[in-house]
Amino acid sequence: MNNDINNIEVDEFQPEYDNDLKMRELDSMCVNESKLEHKWYYNVKYLLVGIIFGIVFVKAEIISWFRIQEMFRLQSFHMYGIIGSAVIVGALSVWLIRLFNIKTIYGEEIIIHPKPYNKGVVIGGLLFGIGWAITGACPGPLYAQIGTGASVIIVTLFSAVLGTWIYGLLREKLPH
Amino acid sequence: MIEILSKPWPWYIAGPLIGLTVPALLLLGNKTFGISSSMRHVCAACLPANIPYFKYDWKKEIWNLVFVAGILIGGYLAVICLQNPNEIIVNETLKTELAGYGITDFSNALIPSDIVSWENLLSFKGLFMIVFGGFLIGFGTRYAGGCTSGHSIMGLSALSLTSLIATICFMAGGFLAANVILPFILSF
Repeated sequence: MNNDINNIEVDEFQPEYDNDLKMRELDSMCVNESKLEHKWYYNVKYLLVGIIFGIVFVKAEIISWFRIQEMFRLQSFHMYGIIGSAVIVGALSVWLIRLFNIKTIYGEEIIIHPKPYNKGVVIGGLLFGIGWAITGACPGPLYAQIGTGASVIIVTLFSAVLGTWIYGLLREKLPH
Repeated sequence: MIEILSKPWPWYIAGPLIGLTVPALLLLGNKTFGISSSMRHVCAACLPANIPYFKYDWKKEIWNLVFVAGILIGGYLAVICLQNPNEIIVNETLKTELAGYGITDFSNALIPSDIVSWENLLSFKGLFMIVFGGFLIGFGTRYAGGCTSGHSIMGLSALSLTSLIATICFMAGGFLAANVILPFILSF
């Protein structure tokens, strides 16, 4: 562990930090593992990654309702090629990061928390799959579609946020 | 150059670029790639309503909101700078099927403008595709703990069994909706 740059305030507030992290990663949500405190402009780099990502989304027609319909009717290889090659490149990168113990650009150890399994993965997964085919979009494409000027998708995004909120409200009553 | 970039990008270019998002976010700041969680942060920031699930320090995840803002800007730039002048090429069998539902407008390559539009928002089909579909995306992804990016790209890259199960369920739900539910709704 490379501790010389960070962990200054974190240790003092360790219990609170841990609780908050636990709450955020509840239900296998992706969370921020970094313990570094940064100025706001450090986030600009994520904006740039997002911009590149959004351009790829549009240019490869990944966010096209028609491409999604083709995928689920086995009428085109396009989407399978994209997801397949993305996973291969992603898995290779993660493997290399673990093999050579590569650190972040700030020297932090890279941690990927395991995603715990519960019944929600199946039930929620099926529900999301249905939503994906109906709208032709997963959450990422919603943002990109709005960016392309399809303003009515703002309603879809708003409805998705509402779905998220309702899930949070009913969470304790739902089978997990 | 611009001419080449304006054409639809093939899967073997786009796929690896998307895959590279995984190491990019890990190396830039130990962030695990995921998009649907952004909607949870929006809830936590705007309307936590004392619900335990939204009571956390969302500011620690602000990078995620910046990231999705980038995706939105990327979508805008792709249209402004690299607009494809040609109509989207859709599978002929699908075209025939869609014509049966009255979907013949392919001028917007990304959405079926015949149904997904402000004019049709309050029609039965419009409500189903715009509002109900969106609700399932938000509810389902949170219930499953991730979406196509968090589970299918990030999770599978980390060889997570949970994410493999999730991805199989996404696909199963999608096949059901595209081949049974959606044709039934659209035939009204």
